[in-house]
Amino acid sequence: MDALLASKEWATFLQILPTIPFETWETIWSTVVSTLLALVIGLPLGVCLVTGEPGGVRPLPRWVMSLLNVVINLLRSVPFLILMIIVIPLSRLIVGTSIGTTASIVPLVIASFPFVSRLVETSMREVDAGVIEAAQSMGATPLQIITKVMIPESLPSLVSNVTIATTTIMGYGAMAGIIGGGGLGKIAINYGYYRFNVVLEIFATVLLVILVQILQTVGTRLAVRCDKRIQR
Amino acid sequence: MIELQHLTKRFATKGGTVVALNDINLTIRDGDIYGIIGMSGAGKSTLVRCINMLERPDEGHVVVEGRQMQQLSPAELRSARRDITMIFQQFNLLMQRTCLRNIMFPMELAKVPREKAEARARELLELVGLPDKADSYPAQLSGGQKQRIAIARALATDPKVLLCDEATSALDPNTTHAILQLIQKINRELGITVVVITHQMSVVEEICNRVAILDEGTVVEEGEVQAIFSHPTSAAARRLVYPAGAPKAEALPGHRLVRVAFNGTQTTDKPLVASLVLQCGALVSILAADTRIVNGQTLGSMLLALPEDETADKAIEYIQHYPGITYEEVNG
Repeated sequence: MDALLASKEWATFLQILPTIPFETWETIWSTVVSTLLALVIGLPLGVCLVTGEPGGVRPLPRWVMSLLNVVINLLRSVPFLILMIIVIPLSRLIVGTSIGTTASIVPLVIASFPFVSRLVETSMREVDAGVIEAAQSMGATPLQIITKVMIPESLPSLVSNVTIATTTIMGYGAMAGIIGGGGLGKIAINYGYYRFNVVLEIFATVLLVILVQILQTVGTRLAVRCDKRIQR
Repeated sequence: MIELQHLTKRFATKGGTVVALNDINLTIRDGDIYGIIGMSGAGKSTLVRCINMLERPDEGHVVVEGRQMQQLSPAELRSARRDITMIFQQFNLLMQRTCLRNIMFPMELAKVPREKAEARARELLELVGLPDKADSYPAQLSGGQKQRIAIARALATDPKVLLCDEATSALDPNTTHAILQLIQKINRELGITVVVITHQMSVVEEICNRVAILDEGTVVEEGEVQAIFSHPTSAAARRLVYPAGAPKAEALPGHRLVRVAFNGTQTTDKPLVASLVLQCGALVSILAADTRIVNGQTLGSMLLALPEDETADKAIEYIQHYPGITYEEVNG
């Protein structure tokens, strides 16, 4: 213990410690903003993947569906580390820089919206076909079926899946430390990986683990609470 | 009035084309409770879905209240569907909405103002006998209660026709009876034409005035319920009236032969044959019987010989009024 407290690593740790709250905040807000943006793109796409099928609520032309599937699969199969580097010019174009937390949101959103749309797709498929048929029999328009039946009825599943997406995005976000993104990932990579500061590496990782735990617990509770199929 | 003219529907499957409905011609008059009965796979669910165009027929016409359903634009069809509502075997309630908001749902779709919709929904909860369930969720209800909410929801847009797709098939006998009573009440008090799809003969018997028997996509028999029940002529009708096969017997001199079919009747607490002897004084003998008890309900049929005297008339009258039994006099 004395050896640890006397080490150079401990000194750096104490030096960096005051910046930890800020970096934690960076991780949280970049995750939240990226998730929200991924949801804005992914939710309609995920809905279309189900409603656009032949025999769906609002069938789309076959080529549109094929294109949608190809693009989603393509983006999902590019490793995040490589995607981050590929989209650097795009980040510059959109946010004016390729360095920093804001810039890291661009690759995070691009990497996660296809994932989110697949999660939304699975949630939408859980909606009972009989309930959709009932809505059709009452004269619901396709848009009414989506907004008043499919999304509200799959809400518990959507909440669970958005929780999964958020934790995944938080994990991706930590990787963004490599291309100059901020947050706890940056601490772990810059000090732990590049400078062999094991104390900081473990500390930042533990904080990330705690964040994910809190997120998952809140998400699960929320999903259970909003599910009216469960009798309490 | 609902007219189905030369209705044909085919489905493409891996094993080739399946003809689900083959040249169906039916007329359902206003105020009817019209039963469409058949075994699983006879095409009855497809038939009922052709009435509100959930399934598009390949050939033929569906005319409801003088309107050619196939020729309606999507918007016209949506508005027509408010006049032809539907209830389902699995109730198909919105599980994340309260009962009140489930009943308000069709009115919400039709953009009825919220206060008006809520007032109407509360009236309907009263009508179906569940005024205290407004804020309950469907998961907290029993099957019968769920179907009551579904019925209330189906009535929300003041329809002219109510389609019931196996509406009681997921319910126990007592609940089935109560739901059928409710449907009958709606038919009588609100003047709504009802189309009942079922595989249970007892359902048709209890509430329908007319019935069509569907077998392999065609109507094999159609007419007044009593007429069909007392003289089923087609093989499919006989299968339904006598689920275990009709017992056969030689003519017995000096006796009247009566064939009795049990369609899920509760006879254990009120034995039929013993009652005939004790209450009607008829010296009945059982010539043939093929009955079995499934979940407390008697199924099958019996051939009874009654002496040719006044006790036979009393006995036949007794049988006629015995719930859940169909009978037929046979001449050997």
